[in-house]
Amino acid sequence: MIKAILIFNNHGKPRLSKFYQRYSEDTQQQIIRETFHLVSKRDENVCNFLEGGLLIGGSDNKLIYRHYATLYFVFCVDSSESELGILDLIQVFVETLDKCFENVCELDLIFHVDKVHNILAEMVMGGMVLETNMNEIVTQIDAQNKLEKSEKVPVSQVITCLNIPQVWMGTACSPALLKALQRLRTCYRGVGLQTHPVVDGKSRAVSGQQWGG
Amino acid sequence: MALKMVKGSIDRMFDKNLQDLVRGIRNHKEDEAKYISQCIDEIKQELKQDNIAVKANAVCKLTYLQMLGYDISWAAFNIIEVMSASKFTFKRIGYLAASQCFHEGTDVIMLTTNQIRKDLSSPNQYDTGVALTGLSCFVTPDLARDLANDIMTLMSHTKPYIRKKAVLIMYKVFLKYPESLRPAFPRLKEKLEDPDPGVQSAAVNVICELARRNPKNYLSLAPLFFKLMTSSTNNWVLIKIIKLFGALTPLEPRLGKKLIEPLTNLIHSTSAMSLLYECVNTVIAVLISLSSGMPNHSASIQLCVQKLRILIEDSDQNLKYLGLLAMSKILKTHPKSVQSHKDLILQCLDDKDESIRLRALDLLYGMVSKKNLMEIVKKLMIHVDKAEGTTYRDELLTKIIDICSQSNYQYITNFEWYISILVELTRLEGTRHGHLIAAQMLDVAIRVKAIRKFAVSQMAMLLDNAHLIASNTQRNGICEVLYAAAWICGEFSEHLEEANQTLEAMLRPKVTTLPGHIQAVYVQNMVKLYASILQQKEQSGEKEAAQEITQLMIERLPQFVQSADLEVQERASCILQLIKYIQKLQIKEVPVAEEVIALFAGELNPVAPKAQKKVPVPEGLDLDAWINEPPSDSESEDEKPKTIFHDEEQRHSRHRQPEIDEEELARRREARKQEQANNPFYIKSSPSPQKRYQDTPGVEHIPVVQIDLSVPLKVPGMPMSDQYVKLEEERRHKQKLEKDKKKKKQKKEKRGKHHRHNSLHTESEEDIAPAHHVDIITEEMPENALPSDEDDKDPNDPYKALDIDLDKPLADNEKLPVQRHRNVETLKSPDSEAPLAEKKSKKPKKKEKKHKEKEREKGKKKEKEKKKSSKHKKKKHKKEKEEKSKDKKKSKKKSHHSEEETTESVQNGTLDDEPLPPMSSYRLLAENPYIKMTYDIQGNLQNDSQVTVSVIFENKSTSFLKSMELNVLDSLNTKMLRPEGSSVHDGIPVPFQLPPGISNEAQFVFTLQSIVMAQKLKGTLSFIVKNDEGSTHEKLDFKLHFSCASYLITTPCYSDAFAKLLESGDLHMSSIKVDGISISFQHLLAKICFHHHFSVVERVDSCASMYSRSIQGHHVCLLVKKGENSVSIDGKCNDSTLLSNLLDEMKETLSKC
Repeated sequence: MIKAILIFNNHGKPRLSKFYQRYSEDTQQQIIRETFHLVSKRDENVCNFLEGGLLIGGSDNKLIYRHYATLYFVFCVDSSESELGILDLIQVFVETLDKCFENVCELDLIFHVDKVHNILAEMVMGGMVLETNMNEIVTQIDAQNKLEKSEKVPVSQVITCLNIPQVWMGTACSPALLKALQRLRTCYRGVGLQTHPVVDGKSRAVSGQQWGG
Repeated sequence: MALKMVKGSIDRMFDKNLQDLVRGIRNHKEDEAKYISQCIDEIKQELKQDNIAVKANAVCKLTYLQMLGYDISWAAFNIIEVMSASKFTFKRIGYLAASQCFHEGTDVIMLTTNQIRKDLSSPNQYDTGVALTGLSCFVTPDLARDLANDIMTLMSHTKPYIRKKAVLIMYKVFLKYPESLRPAFPRLKEKLEDPDPGVQSAAVNVICELARRNPKNYLSLAPLFFKLMTSSTNNWVLIKIIKLFGALTPLEPRLGKKLIEPLTNLIHSTSAMSLLYECVNTVIAVLISLSSGMPNHSASIQLCVQKLRILIEDSDQNLKYLGLLAMSKILKTHPKSVQSHKDLILQCLDDKDESIRLRALDLLYGMVSKKNLMEIVKKLMIHVDKAEGTTYRDELLTKIIDICSQSNYQYITNFEWYISILVELTRLEGTRHGHLIAAQMLDVAIRVKAIRKFAVSQMAMLLDNAHLIASNTQRNGICEVLYAAAWICGEFSEHLEEANQTLEAMLRPKVTTLPGHIQAVYVQNMVKLYASILQQKEQSGEKEAAQEITQLMIERLPQFVQSADLEVQERASCILQLIKYIQKLQIKEVPVAEEVIALFAGELNPVAPKAQKKVPVPEGLDLDAWINEPPSDSESEDEKPKTIFHDEEQRHSRHRQPEIDEEELARRREARKQEQANNPFYIKSSPSPQKRYQDTPGVEHIPVVQIDLSVPLKVPGMPMSDQYVKLEEERRHKQKLEKDKKKKKQKKEKRGKHHRHNSLHTESEEDIAPAHHVDIITEEMPENALPSDEDDKDPNDPYKALDIDLDKPLADNEKLPVQRHRNVETLKSPDSEAPLAEKKSKKPKKKEKKHKEKEREKGKKKEKEKKKSSKHKKKKHKKEKEEKSKDKKKSKKKSHHSEEETTESVQNGTLDDEPLPPMSSYRLLAENPYIKMTYDIQGNLQNDSQVTVSVIFENKSTSFLKSMELNVLDSLNTKMLRPEGSSVHDGIPVPFQLPPGISNEAQFVFTLQSIVMAQKLKGTLSFIVKNDEGSTHEKLDFKLHFSCASYLITTPCYSDAFAKLLESGDLHMSSIKVDGISISFQHLLAKICFHHHFSVVERVDSCASMYSRSIQGHHVCLLVKKGENSVSIDGKCNDSTLLSNLLDEMKETLSKC
């Protein structure tokens, strides 16, 4: 069983937390802090297993983690999971994220934590591994995205983003307004949200410095 | 007003979405908390909006805030609203939030049952998927019970995507609702051979989790798993199965033998390291389970060890770690094969990686011998000094103690060395394991008599330097050693050389800063010290000195009398009085020392920790019986203790004659040894070679080296254990030389005969003799103690509930709870009714039916399955009939069941199966813009004058409905059952509230006198509508129609019994004919069965006989004939009025067709 999945950055800022056992919010934060504390002081070239996560479970449990540029992916598992298997699973997870976000970087995780949750839900369910085949996961995610898109009237796609109720717009939005709104939006993206393409660790590290603190 | 609305809308436009929230938080680094609380206020506003999109957006943001540590449980209700949105986009947001913050304590969680059930049967697979995913995170025992059957159905869904999720979630359902395991297991087992690899993998996953906790129940699956293992190519599945075998082999050694070959093949062939590693692990488990000594298996061990060595030598730290981990498993059973890799393991102890060092430490435990213990511990001590981080250092500390104390100090040859190691360890800062060191000190000092003198001197030194140890109260852990030090110095004070100095050290004011329990020990033991000093002084005639020491005690003790700790205070004041009395006697020049020392005479024996538990209850002693008659008045209580303890055994009491000469002691010791040897239950320290030495004749000849302790021991804070290593080496060298001499002599004598004796030159284990004649006293156990270790098991294991035998065939009463009407017998009070009704919230049967329809269309394959299952149901059905009269609860189930059953059997009985239109027995009761009520009436078999009315309340509005109260105007014949003490005009509160869009069901019981006529009752539902604008009181009138059919209970009847009934002649007859019927005959029968509660007795072509029974026992028989376009029904019944009314109702139903 997987007990918890945590993603946090080099500064210990949580980017995703998924607990498959009930903990209060305070305990969750404490676990995240403690895990970060344990994981962050380890060198790059040591093994990826850790014991002594005292807060989650007992001696049966292990922390298995991987460090990618600015992010730590930590899985807390018990002895029924294969250690190397979980390491592979983390790799699959990250590769899937990369595929779904197209060159994933920390910023994607920061702003789209809900999407990350949805991807994770296709891999791990209730603490048990559901699917390990990346293509299968991506297919399901795509299908769900399509479904989500189909639920939106093309106009309201923008509207829901800005939460303009139908009352104001009448039944449909005029094309001109739509364009204006879109422009506003892309413009906003341009200023606030330049996505860093992730090619090597270096550029990711830069983005981490910029955004991570 | 309009302007206001537009303004509000524009405000909405600038609502934050998740991205804006995240951006905002990043832009407010300095006042993040303030900004977030502002955002939460906004979210609260948004949640009040009617627009579900706005709500979903708010919930989405809350989910993010939850990750940051904010409690969002206050929004649980809104989350449920979003979950019940029709759009997948919103539903997913809702379920995600729920999975993050719902738990068993969330009280609104029970409102979700119907919603989840609806989503599970949604035509959209992603709705179902998202519901399953969410449910897996927050399933509660109630949800598990109510939804188990629905999930079970999904396990056979056409889409593998749903199947695998349904299979996986079953594990959670089992955990929360263990009763579901047996009924669901056969299907789970089927899924092991599912064509879809994902589903298969999920099933393997679930069974592995189950088997891990209770392996013995799953042994029967071994052949199936064996087949899977040899056929599967999916590494994930293989790993799981191989891990499962690892858990199964200890229970069935034959399985292990079979496994060895395929596993070794896999080890040789696979390129996947993960698989290789798990194979090695399982082979190890197999080898452990097989009793060793089989020659052909040594090859397997060699293979494992060799593969593990490759892993450990690998540059990949992960492999190195795992290699060590697996190696430690081999160590337990095959230490020899591991010990040859000692070099490698010692090398790992220097690894920069803490995890690897810890694993290497584990291995060291099994690698020590008498020869290398000192060397290894020395190495560890160096690591202790270097270690940064208390966790690792504490780990080292416990490991050192573990290694040294293992199997009764088997490997320690020099206890002085061990004591000095312990003393050195007290210099560790901030360790949590002070009590561990203390326990070791006490244990060694008590059990190894020869070491007491040395131990006492060391402890005196510790007490003298107590300020170093206890200087910082934050370093609380280590001051525990003072507890041990004080006790040892006090108890064995006769060995103390400078008792005065130690006593003074114990009386220092600084001591009062120590924790209470340590101070208490201080106080108690300073008296022991005092007593021995007093004796010493009196014997040497130094009266003045004796009085001085008394004066010192009297001066210093008051500081303890003032202690806030009760224990310290009590002991101190007691002792202070005692000493004052002694002082008086001293002034009168009366010798007191002998009497004072008598206080502490006698020797303490170590008692095994489990001893108390192991005392068996003597035969004939009933612990639960009253010793005396229960006290009628309070007076007798005072006397009781006396009678209990009067004859207590004196064995362990400390009182013993103070003057026991050596002879007597030796005699007693001998006697005890004899007794122990003869007592089969005595736990002996047999593996300890010390014991062996002690017993072998001639141990006295073992040379004992005198150690000059004068220099290093008095200097605090200097490492000194090292010198023992050196001394020990010298000693061993000497020993060896002597032995060699002896051997040479022997050899000279035997030269030419035994050449191989040369091999003895290498120093073997047994050659090392202990430096001291150590007498390790075994811990005492009570006589007749039972040797079992059962008490080590944890009774609170959550997985214990799943320890269920799965091979036993399913009993009839073992099935998953199906949605059905609850049997409400009496309505005692609305309060006691409330929680039950809420828990068992149901949805209209319509949905279930619809779902069935869908399934039916899924192709022929499904069809077959269905038939099978319906057959299965039939079987159950029959048996139930037999049990009918016995089982109260079941009767209800049955009546519902047979309803389904008959309809189904009718459908399945014919070849021209057409889908039957969905039917619902729920009829509309009343409706207004706020609420819709539908109802169904069921007869009560247990009570011939009661019916249960189930009403589903559906909130159609966007407001919150509460304080619902249902009232009817009773007629002479029909009355609503109200709680005792309420008048006929009082309504019955509906035991729940209704959030927008939610429906729930409540049940009301009515009593009737006559059932031959249909009845109509007028009634009113009053409720409060609460929304943003405030709350209003609303009413809804309705007419409750009790049709005659609702008094009938579907009762199956055999054709012969039916024929007898018709022949009996006491039935009245009546008939009707309805024209213009176009539906097929089986649909017609199904309708009669469903709506009028009949069952088909026999059917021949277009003619059928049917039967039913009223709650008051009227038999109703029907003969239904279908003509071209018409149907004629002949009925026979005990009561003509009932019959004619029933036929009228039937006519009405049929004319609608």
